[in-house]
This record gives sequence, C-alpha cells and structure tokens, in this order.
Amino acid sequence: MTATDRQATGATWLRRNRQVVAPVLFLLPGLLFFLVYVLLPVAQSVQISFFRWDGLGEPDYVGLANYRELAGDRAFEVSVINNVKWLLLYLLAIPGGLFIALFLNQTVTGIRLYKSLFFFPFVISQVVVGLVFTWFYDPTFGLLNAILGAVGLGPVNVLGDPALATYGIIVAGLWPQVAYCMILYLTGLNAVDPEQVEAARLDGAKGWRMLWYVILPQLRPATFIAFVVTIIGALRSFDLISVMTNGGPFGSTRVLSFYMFEKALGEYGFRMGYGAAIAVVLFLIMLVFIAYFLWSMWRQERGA
Amino acid sequence: MKTAWTTTAALALLAALPATAQDESLSGTLTIFSDMSNPAPRAVMEDMAARFDEMHPDLEVELTIIEREAYKTQIRNFLTANPPDVANWYAANRMRPYIEAGLFEDVSDLWAEPEIAENLASTKSALTVDDKQWGVPYTYYQWGVFYRADIYEEHGLEEPADWEGLKSNCQTLLDAGTKCFAIGTKFLWTAGGWFDYINMRTNGYDFHMQLTNGQVPWTDERVRTTFANWRELIDMGAFIDNHQSYSWQEALPFMVNGDAAAYLMGNFAVAPMREAGLTDDQLGFYQFPLIDPDLPMAEDAPTDTFHIPSGAENKEAARAFLRFVVSPENQTLINGGDALGQLPVNAASEVDEDKFLEEGFEMLSANAPGGIAQFFDRDAPAEMASVAMEGFQEFMVFPDNLDDILGRLEQARQRIY
Repeated sequence: MTATDRQATGATWLRRNRQVVAPVLFLLPGLLFFLVYVLLPVAQSVQISFFRWDGLGEPDYVGLANYRELAGDRAFEVSVINNVKWLLLYLLAIPGGLFIALFLNQTVTGIRLYKSLFFFPFVISQVVVGLVFTWFYDPTFGLLNAILGAVGLGPVNVLGDPALATYGIIVAGLWPQVAYCMILYLTGLNAVDPEQVEAARLDGAKGWRMLWYVILPQLRPATFIAFVVTIIGALRSFDLISVMTNGGPFGSTRVLSFYMFEKALGEYGFRMGYGAAIAVVLFLIMLVFIAYFLWSMWRQERGA
Repeated sequence: MKTAWTTTAALALLAALPATAQDESLSGTLTIFSDMSNPAPRAVMEDMAARFDEMHPDLEVELTIIEREAYKTQIRNFLTANPPDVANWYAANRMRPYIEAGLFEDVSDLWAEPEIAENLASTKSALTVDDKQWGVPYTYYQWGVFYRADIYEEHGLEEPADWEGLKSNCQTLLDAGTKCFAIGTKFLWTAGGWFDYINMRTNGYDFHMQLTNGQVPWTDERVRTTFANWRELIDMGAFIDNHQSYSWQEALPFMVNGDAAAYLMGNFAVAPMREAGLTDDQLGFYQFPLIDPDLPMAEDAPTDTFHIPSGAENKEAARAFLRFVVSPENQTLINGGDALGQLPVNAASEVDEDKFLEEGFEMLSANAPGGIAQFFDRDAPAEMASVAMEGFQEFMVFPDNLDDILGRLEQARQRIY
C-alpha cells in the first residue's frame, strides 16, 4: 500500500462516518465537562459520605454511620420538612406568573415599561431580595408591622417566629420566581394561535372556559419549563435563607442545602462525611424530579 | 569571605541602629497570612509588617490579608497546600484541630525565653495544648457589661455588686419602660457570652471548663441551676424583644436610643457605640456581678494569636517575627486607642489612656482570680459550640423547652467528645 492509498482510505473512513463523527466531536467538550464537573463529584460525594473526615487529617471509614446519624438527627428532619414546604409553596409561582402574564398581555401605551417593572425582581440579586424582605419584616421598624399596626393588628415577628419564618422566606422567594414564570408565559402567549382564539370566541367561549380549554393547552411547553425551573429553584434555595435568617431561629428555617453547607463548610462545621451524606440525600430527592423531567421530555420527543 | 561577612554584619548593624537592637540577620522572604481585614486592624497589620521589614534589610516581608470570615475556611486549605511562614488564628480549642493534624509548629522554645515567659504568663494557658505552646497572642479584650450611665443615674441606680442588685436594677428599669439588656442572637454567639458568665458565676471557672471540655453531662443539676438563674432574667423580660432577629450590631440602636440600658459585650462594642454618638460620660462599664459569693470571679477575654505553620519555610524569621509581635514596645503601639484599641498581652507594655481599656485591664489583672476563659465557641469544640449556642438562643425565646434542649445537648456531647 502506498502513502497516497492510505491517505485516501483515511479520508473515506472519515467521509463514510461523518454522520457519527461530527456529533461526537460537538458533544465531546460538553460530555467531558459533564463528566468532570458533575458525574465525578457526585461519585466522590457518595464516597466521602462513608467516611468521617474533617478535611485535614486522614479520613476514617465509618460505613453507614453518617446515614444512621442522619436518621436520628432532628435538624435533618426539620430540613427535609422545610424542603417539602418549599417545593409545594414555590409552585404558587406558576399560577401567579400566569395571571400577571395574562394581565400584561395587552397593548396599552407603556406596556413595555410595566412588563420590565414586573420582571425587575428577577433581575436583582437574591441577596438584595433577602435584605429588602428582612427590612420589610423587621419587628420594630418594618413596613409590615407598620401596616398591620394601622389596621389594629398586633406586631408580628415573621422571621423570629419558628412557626412563620420559613413561610416568610418562601414569600420573599416567590417575588422573583413569579416574575420568572411571568416572562416564560409572556413568551408563550405570543405563540398562542389567534385563529384558534377567534374560533373559540365564535363558539361562545370566554373567561375561564376560554383560558382552561383554549389558552392553557397551547401554553403547555411554557408550563413545563416553568415547572422545571420552579422545582429546581425550590431545591436550590440557599441564599435567601442565609441572608434572612442564617438558618435560625434555632435552626427552624434550614433546608437540606443550607444544612449541608453548615455541616461541611460553615464556621463550626467541617464534618465533610456528614455533609456529603446530606448532599447525597438531597441528590436522591432531586433525582426523582430529574428522572420525571427526562422521562416526560423523552415522551414528548417520541410523540413529535 | 571574611570581609564579605563583616560587611553584611556591619550593614545589618547599621540598619538595626535606629530601631531596637537586632543582632540576628535574617534573609529570604517571610510570608504572612493575616485575617486582620477590618480597616483599623488592617492598618495595624500593614504597619507591623512594614516595621519588621525595615528592621531586617535582607528579609523581604510578604503580607497577604484575607477577609476575616473567608479566612476561617481558607486557613484549612493554605495550611496544607501552601503554608505561609506566619498565620493568624485564635487561642484555646479553636486551634486544636490544626495541632492535632500536625499543622502548627510547637513554639514552646519561644515561651521558654525569659522575656516571653515572664511577661506573657497571663495568656500562656490559652496557648497551651498538651503542655506545649503553639503560638503567641497579640491582643485580647475584656468582656463585661457596658451600660448607659446617664440612664442609670436618672433612675438612681448603682453598678450592681451581686445578682440581687442586678435584678433589682433591672426591675426599676423595666418599671420605667426600659429594657435592661440589649442583645442580638441572630448569629447565636452573643447568647454564648451570657451562658459563659452566668455559668462561671453560678458554678465557677473549673466547672465551666469541665463542661466545655465535655467532662460533665449537660443534664447535670448544676447546669440546670445556671439556666434557672438565666431564666429569672428572661421571665422578668430583661432582654429586648425579638432579639433572635438581630445581629449584635443591629441591637446596638436599642442601647443608643435608650430603649435598653446595658449590653453584655466585648470591648469591641465601644467603638460603634461612640460612633453612634454616645459620649464617655454616657457610657459606663462594670464587671459581671457575682452570683455565688464563694466563687472567685472569672472572666471571658478572647485572645487573638499568631502561629507558625509546620510547613513554613522560613521558621527562623517567623520566630523572630513572633518575638517582635509580643515585644513590649510593639504591644503598646498596636493595642493603642488609635490602633486596635484593645489590651496588650505583654505585662511590660502600657495600656492606652482609655477608660474602658483601663477598667478592663484592671479587672483582668486584679479582679479575675478564678481564671480567664476564651469564650464559649473557643473553649468548646466547634461542633458542640454550634449545637449548644443554638440551644441557648432557643432557651432565651422559649425557656419552657429547657428539658428538650438539654437532652439534645447531652446527646451531642456523647457523640462529639
């Protein structure tokens, strides 16, 4: 075989397999990063969760001891319950966003300005949102108590009361999240087919029935994305808690991500194994949703 | 060869002349990692490094200042991966994990030098673990009750000498619609200060140390007595409402506006109080009053320190720097009112003319025979401290939960120690 022959076969091999090689090459960087920054750390976290390690000395293998300790840890229980509260109540952002979007989806002078104003809370940092709400709730100087006082209701210390604090933070979190869902629905509403609306109107549909049977089915893709980002947002809640209550009063507003941070990386923490065990539990909870999202996306793709 | 040596020596001597006599000639670089990132401490640290650099012409001092909170997590990385020659940290149990991991150098030899042994005796125990010393202190400050002297005077109150006095003062204030104590427990540790004092006054320094070292169960009857005493104040309504929502700084306005008459705090609270407009005539200081008259008074006085990482490259220069830090002249200089505004650790140095520093120095040197504690979160291991301080905060809001809280702390104690 001569050199030119070999070159020719090489070129034909590439040409023949172009359909396979091109996507692989394009995917390669993404896959590599996914492997190094997502899959390997997940595996490593699982591994660390079987050890007792302060991040300095030699790790001690302790088997399932960290998980057994979690089972009897009340702070962990509180964190899981709070995560559930976040998941459920955060979903209110979806109908909230939908109704604001419906309200803003009209042509009035200056509507762009109103839309941007409604979108504003999503643009500003979560830390700022947290601070604004902390001042709003402030038991002594806060606006909330000034308003309550004006209508004759007693002062309430939202963030200082273990029964109310988590709800107080969720409300703060809903403010930007509603804005996010609103923008998703506003784009979705642009894609609603005016002919279908016209047809429905001729058939006498209006108000709720119009919304439920004609508009909402067409907004399905937007609803799906809103659902995904809201669930992920709820499970990632961390900055608001850190800014508004720092997990307190006496640990009543912790969620799993915050508790993991406290145990593994906080000032009094450095129990890497225990923190990793909490992270693994959080990962398993997330996995349920991730599996559901992947499954429904796969189903949609197959349907299409 | 000989000429070269003499020249170097002569140069060193020449450079050392204006400063204090330094006969050793150090060379290479000295890297310092510091957590003194607030404006005033930062200036002090930069000045110290510059002066040390000037004293040693062949030595290059490289100073890196890291934000104080970030430093607490970064120290773990740099001690193992990239150790400097000198690093800041805190005394007592806070340094234990690094000692156990072999990351701090044993500097007992420095403490054996008469200059240090004699003048730094008061803080030696705070730097001692396993009968060895692991660093040197550079500053410390007293805790105690800072109060509004003008409000006390208005109601005809005196500085209380005992627990009954404290409570009767408090009742008078409450009847006049003023809270007795400001406190902000959002970040928990402020409640640790109250526990330290009530426990040391109720059960003594030795018991307090046994408790923070995990040798006494939290369900012990004596611990309950401490909490019972604390509860007397809580039930009176002595503390400001909603303290769980405030940081210690956010609770300051209560004191400044006269809604609360006193604040149990470290001396670092004086500066913001003065900045907020309180004059030295309006502010007073007293030692936390005794509860059990048979117990000698013990105090909290947290000590900040310098250490040599065991992986340091220029340990000779590092030791010289530590000697320089604790020298009487430097101590007088860096703890002055225009610098750190705290107490010098060297007995031969002078305390700045500041009424709170003078009172604090007097109190710690003459009126704390029971012993000097570091502070709850430095005396107890980190994990115990975090669980316990959270319990203290809960107790201050819901004192009825005490049994539950103590049970939880006891469970934590059995696991941690």
